[in-house]
Amino acid sequence: MTQLGRFLGKYAIWIYSVLAFTFLLIPIVYTIIFSFNDSRRSNIVWRGFTLDNWTKVCESQGVCEAFGNSIFVGLTATLLSTVLGTMIAIALVRYRFPFRNATTLLLFLPMATPEVVLGAGLAAEFLTAGVPKSALTVILAHTMFCISFVVVTVRARVASLDPALEEAGRDLYASPSQVFARITFPLLLPGIIAAALLAFALSFDDFIITNFNSGAFVTFPKYVYTAAARGIPAEANVIASAVFFIALIFVIVSQLTAAAKRKRLAASP
Amino acid sequence: MAFGAFAGTATTVEPAVRRRSPIALFLLLPGILYLGLFFIAPLFSLVLTSVQAPSEFGDIGVYETAFRWENYTTVLGTYWPHIVRSFGYAAVATLVALLFSFPIAYFIGVTLRRFPLVQALALTLVIAPFFISFLLRTLAWKQLLSDESDFVSFLNTLQLLPEGAHVTGTAFSVIFGLTYNFIPFMTLPIYTSLEKLDLRYVEAGGDLYASPASTFFRVTVPLAAPGIVSGMLLTFIPAAGDYINASRDFLGSTETAMIGNVIEANFLVLQNYPAAAALSLILMAAILILVSIYVKRSGTDDLI
Repeated sequence: MTQLGRFLGKYAIWIYSVLAFTFLLIPIVYTIIFSFNDSRRSNIVWRGFTLDNWTKVCESQGVCEAFGNSIFVGLTATLLSTVLGTMIAIALVRYRFPFRNATTLLLFLPMATPEVVLGAGLAAEFLTAGVPKSALTVILAHTMFCISFVVVTVRARVASLDPALEEAGRDLYASPSQVFARITFPLLLPGIIAAALLAFALSFDDFIITNFNSGAFVTFPKYVYTAAARGIPAEANVIASAVFFIALIFVIVSQLTAAAKRKRLAASP
Repeated sequence: MAFGAFAGTATTVEPAVRRRSPIALFLLLPGILYLGLFFIAPLFSLVLTSVQAPSEFGDIGVYETAFRWENYTTVLGTYWPHIVRSFGYAAVATLVALLFSFPIAYFIGVTLRRFPLVQALALTLVIAPFFISFLLRTLAWKQLLSDESDFVSFLNTLQLLPEGAHVTGTAFSVIFGLTYNFIPFMTLPIYTSLEKLDLRYVEAGGDLYASPASTFFRVTVPLAAPGIVSGMLLTFIPAAGDYINASRDFLGSTETAMIGNVIEANFLVLQNYPAAAALSLILMAAILILVSIYVKRSGTDDLI
């Protein structure tokens, strides 16, 4: 390849990537800009800048309630799925047990099943069993599909845990529960936190499974779906934008902390 | 590690010896029972529901236990275009997402290696769409591609669109939406594979007089294969079952309805539970067959 060809080859990927990132951000920027739109009923045409949507976000009927419901469902499903999934992840890495292959298959299948099938299946089950759709059925459904993702995330952390550390604890006469509480659990914590965040994000943004199992219970995505037919109020954009900024700050802070930690580790002899 | 690649890579240490212990049962049982109750049992409910017959009094939404297996042939006969369309749309979206994502994944994983902070920022940009509601970002595209939008008026000014043609409500906009929404699922696993790519192998290709293209296809791509396989699965499966993008209120129209739309309409609107259940099981079976053939052919058996 010629000198010029190499030069272009080197920068083509920079140009492409900048364009690609811009493309990925277009609908996000659009959603944020339209959270400041001075709109009356439908938030489609730009009518001028206002802060009213942000300051009076809860005055639009139902938005804040739906948002609160999503937070409540998300926290409950995260707690349940993180506990159940972490226990399974530890067992998978550390213990021998019969039906190991069947167990891994059972954990893999929910991730390979389209959400619409999971949603319809649960709805059919609740219908047959005569369980009315409510917040409870939504939480049960969310916990189910989050478990596998928690297992995959925590499992990687358990596998990277050096067993010598726990052995050292046992050699120093720590009881099994002390070893778990003072060594195993703190070392697994970053993985568990990552899994919990993933579970919360999955639950918070889920629409398909929720739609089949929520009945009259309205989560934030369901609110947006129902409103889509008649026009989304700008307040929904406000909530989505606020969530976006919180998540973004969260990720950037955690990445900066991780980078600082790597630097510290690299500096120490 | 197809799906593991998505969650992050594990550093390898000397593995602990796996012991037999009753503790394993205590750790496994609650989660396994939970999945049995809310994943396996619902599948059985679907099987039972799918062969139910309408109530003899003809009430809407009331069915009785029967073994009407012809429900399957009925829904296949009625909805086969939707099934074909779903897999077609999902396949195109997966391929476009792969072509779109590979260069970005390479850029973040290889080009940006020397700049860890920029690399972290670029990764954040890729997952940024996850932080904003799936439905709202799809609606944003609907507005941006609507007939009144600047983009479409620009196309009209240039006379690039046929008279009276729309962008939204077409197969193009649905596939566009599917592609956009699942790009992060494609980019992240490929990035995870490429991030570990040892550049000395690529150099070796050049040293052995391979052209850049053949080095790329015979060294780089095979080394990124685990990420490509999991990225394609993570894109194809949700895309085939999706019904947001193809919905009339979002990027689709009645002519673009996918199997997910049909299942939703039959279950939640028409209350034709047997049809919805039969279609769900057909979708699941088709996906499992496709996935297992694909996984077998790509040689990645260790999925979790």
